[in-house]
Amino acid sequence: MALLQIAEPGESAAPHQHKLAVGIDLGTTNSLVATVRSGLTVVLNDELGRPLLPSVVHYAADGSTEVGYEPQSRQAQDPKNTIVSVKRFMGRGRNDIAHVESLPYDFIDAPGMVKLRTVAGVKSPVEVSAEILKTLRARAEAALGGDLVGAVITVPAYFDDAQRQATKDAAKLAGLNVLRLLNEPTAAAIAYGLDNASEGLYAVYDLGGGTFDISILRLSKGVFEVLAAGGDSALGGDDFDHRIFCWVSEQAQLRPLSSGDSRLLLTRAREAKEYLTSHSEAPITARLSTGEMVDLTLTTAIFNEITQTLVAKTIQPIKKALRDAGLSVNEVKGVVMVGGATRMPQIQRAVGEFFKQEPLTNLDPDKVVALGAATQANLLAGNRAAGDDWLLLDVIPLSLGLETMGGLVEKVIPRNSTIPAARAQEFTTFRDGQTAMAIHVVQGERELVSDCRSLASFELRGIPPMVAGAARIRVTFQVDADGLLSVAAREQTSGVEASVTVKPSYGLSDDEIAGMLKDSLDHAKDDAFRRALKEAQVEAQRLIEAVQAAIHGDGELLAADERSRVDGAIARLQAAALGENRRQITLAMDDLEAETKDFAARRMDKSIRKAFAGRTVDELERTAGGSKA
Amino acid sequence: MDFNADHFALFGLPRVFRIDAAALDARYRELQAEVHPDRFAHAADAERRLSLQWATKANEAYQALKKPLPRARYLLHVLGHDVGAENNTAMPAEFLMEQMEWREGVAEARAAGDHHELEHLHHRLRERMNASYEELAALLDDAQDFDAASDRVRRLMFLEKLLSEIDEAIAEIEEQ
Repeated sequence: MALLQIAEPGESAAPHQHKLAVGIDLGTTNSLVATVRSGLTVVLNDELGRPLLPSVVHYAADGSTEVGYEPQSRQAQDPKNTIVSVKRFMGRGRNDIAHVESLPYDFIDAPGMVKLRTVAGVKSPVEVSAEILKTLRARAEAALGGDLVGAVITVPAYFDDAQRQATKDAAKLAGLNVLRLLNEPTAAAIAYGLDNASEGLYAVYDLGGGTFDISILRLSKGVFEVLAAGGDSALGGDDFDHRIFCWVSEQAQLRPLSSGDSRLLLTRAREAKEYLTSHSEAPITARLSTGEMVDLTLTTAIFNEITQTLVAKTIQPIKKALRDAGLSVNEVKGVVMVGGATRMPQIQRAVGEFFKQEPLTNLDPDKVVALGAATQANLLAGNRAAGDDWLLLDVIPLSLGLETMGGLVEKVIPRNSTIPAARAQEFTTFRDGQTAMAIHVVQGERELVSDCRSLASFELRGIPPMVAGAARIRVTFQVDADGLLSVAAREQTSGVEASVTVKPSYGLSDDEIAGMLKDSLDHAKDDAFRRALKEAQVEAQRLIEAVQAAIHGDGELLAADERSRVDGAIARLQAAALGENRRQITLAMDDLEAETKDFAARRMDKSIRKAFAGRTVDELERTAGGSKA
Repeated sequence: MDFNADHFALFGLPRVFRIDAAALDARYRELQAEVHPDRFAHAADAERRLSLQWATKANEAYQALKKPLPRARYLLHVLGHDVGAENNTAMPAEFLMEQMEWREGVAEARAAGDHHELEHLHHRLRERMNASYEELAALLDDAQDFDAASDRVRRLMFLEKLLSEIDEAIAEIEEQ
């Protein structure tokens, strides 16, 4: 088969080869999907022209689900089976969830992450989020007329490893190929920076429905460099609603409420909050199921008073982030406001006062994250045009460490380290003849293990018996570009190894995901077999395109015999992908991967040499001279 | 390019303490622009793995060279003079006395919640360290007296730790 003309990374792709990629803002309150179409970044609307998808999922007794405006408008009717703000439960145990007692759900405190008992069975927050993502995926595929190559999913910068992993699992469960997990404020900075050709130091203040992020970035010619990130992954617009709700309950002297009435009043609270954005007072009226009437007026003054501690809670992390970045307030050139909750006047005022300047609100705070994610997805999918290129350097928000003697934490990778990052630390045995060592991985800034989040525990076994202190156990942490951690341990003298993708203690195993995928497919009365086959075919196509793009760019790095072996492997994979044998496709993919392994290494080498091209001979000589010193 | 090349060679910089900071920044970015995982998001697994390794290495090397203390330690290391901070904590008595005085000053200001005094201590210590870094630069790049330089690095490690304690105390007061 003739080779397709595929554009190399960095070259422009002809329109018909444009790969369909989307950016998804999976929000606490609302979610969005955006893409780059004919050079323009656009949010994809639903069939009624609405850009937002309320992050609300309803489960019915027959197992069917509804997502969006419909279940949102009917949430007070069936609160137990209508899941709102599920993002607050991602990667979280029951004890981590604020106001858990006032939530209408039937929680099951599973290890690591809560689950919810619904009329359609027990659901994990990952499954609920996957329903939202599936709806957005379907919207995008209908609008773009084809299968998606991949998606960039945004997460709060302050999300820890557990929350990130849960988000990635949800995307996989929704059948999305995750090109990257991207931090929300960073996505906003991309949208803002590219739009305004900004240079200098910027702060992104992102107050969403349930999360707060502050990121400090340096924008300079094509580089977005995050210097520090901070925040609170359990603080958002929802909390302002809750304050109003408590004020209403107190003022109206309400008796304990049914979950339906709670939902109703929370909705009224949200409406009042939004109304106060452009009015000085808001009426709150409701008829409860008990027959009681609520009829109150919330003034701006009262609203400011009952929420001032929440506003103040967002200022502390800004101070910390600035300190981490080694900057003072005066050095910040602009403050970009992101998230619907930043529409509240008291927020804009507080941020303006802190930074001594008007915050920037010229991009829609609801859409800016999705738009930035779409731009990044377009770049990652390989659609970029020549010269239309930028580099993103992001950080991890929280330190990663290990438990040491006495329940103390030894930090291995400090917060605000640029990712990807790796670091190894050596430990030893403390008892004679000790043959196993427990490795407990934690995340957080506190000194005691009990104050940090436990990410994973595993054991290195089979250490040969030695005297205490003789074994040399090297523990290596690797954080990838999604901010996800994997840990490996190796005893240096014997070579005994153990490793873990930090997942089992709270996340889902790949088998669990496969099981859920199958369940959801059965429910949809879809043909699981056909679906799996289709996915393998898409995977195969993706690999073929990647290899062909590599050959197109660097074909000269392959010797003639290697080239013919690679071409043969491609042809076999193409043939397999046309057939219906999934196993054969997988084998042909493995075969092609193996044939191109050396080629990949040579390509990387070439890229690196390219980075050094343009150096003067003088510089290189000075380097060589220096090494003799 | 050899994956095991030292950090200076990775960025094409001479092995000296007084590096060209602008050149380091520029080369770090040039290298990341080529190897960063974002460039390989749509590539095959093998290339993605290599990209992860190289980008990780570029970050590690940049961190090691960006700030003066890690850079001095690393420079001494590649020149075969390990500072040996872990098992060489012996310090002259006058240095330790001076350290104790500093620490008492910090502890008092911290207990009194004296923001102004802590800022003052920070400023004084910073000046003292700047002078010490000047001397270190001369020892490393001019005199090439690596034993004396190692000794200076060990002292600076104490001072950097003290400085971060002062900063923590300031942060504590600001957060109240």
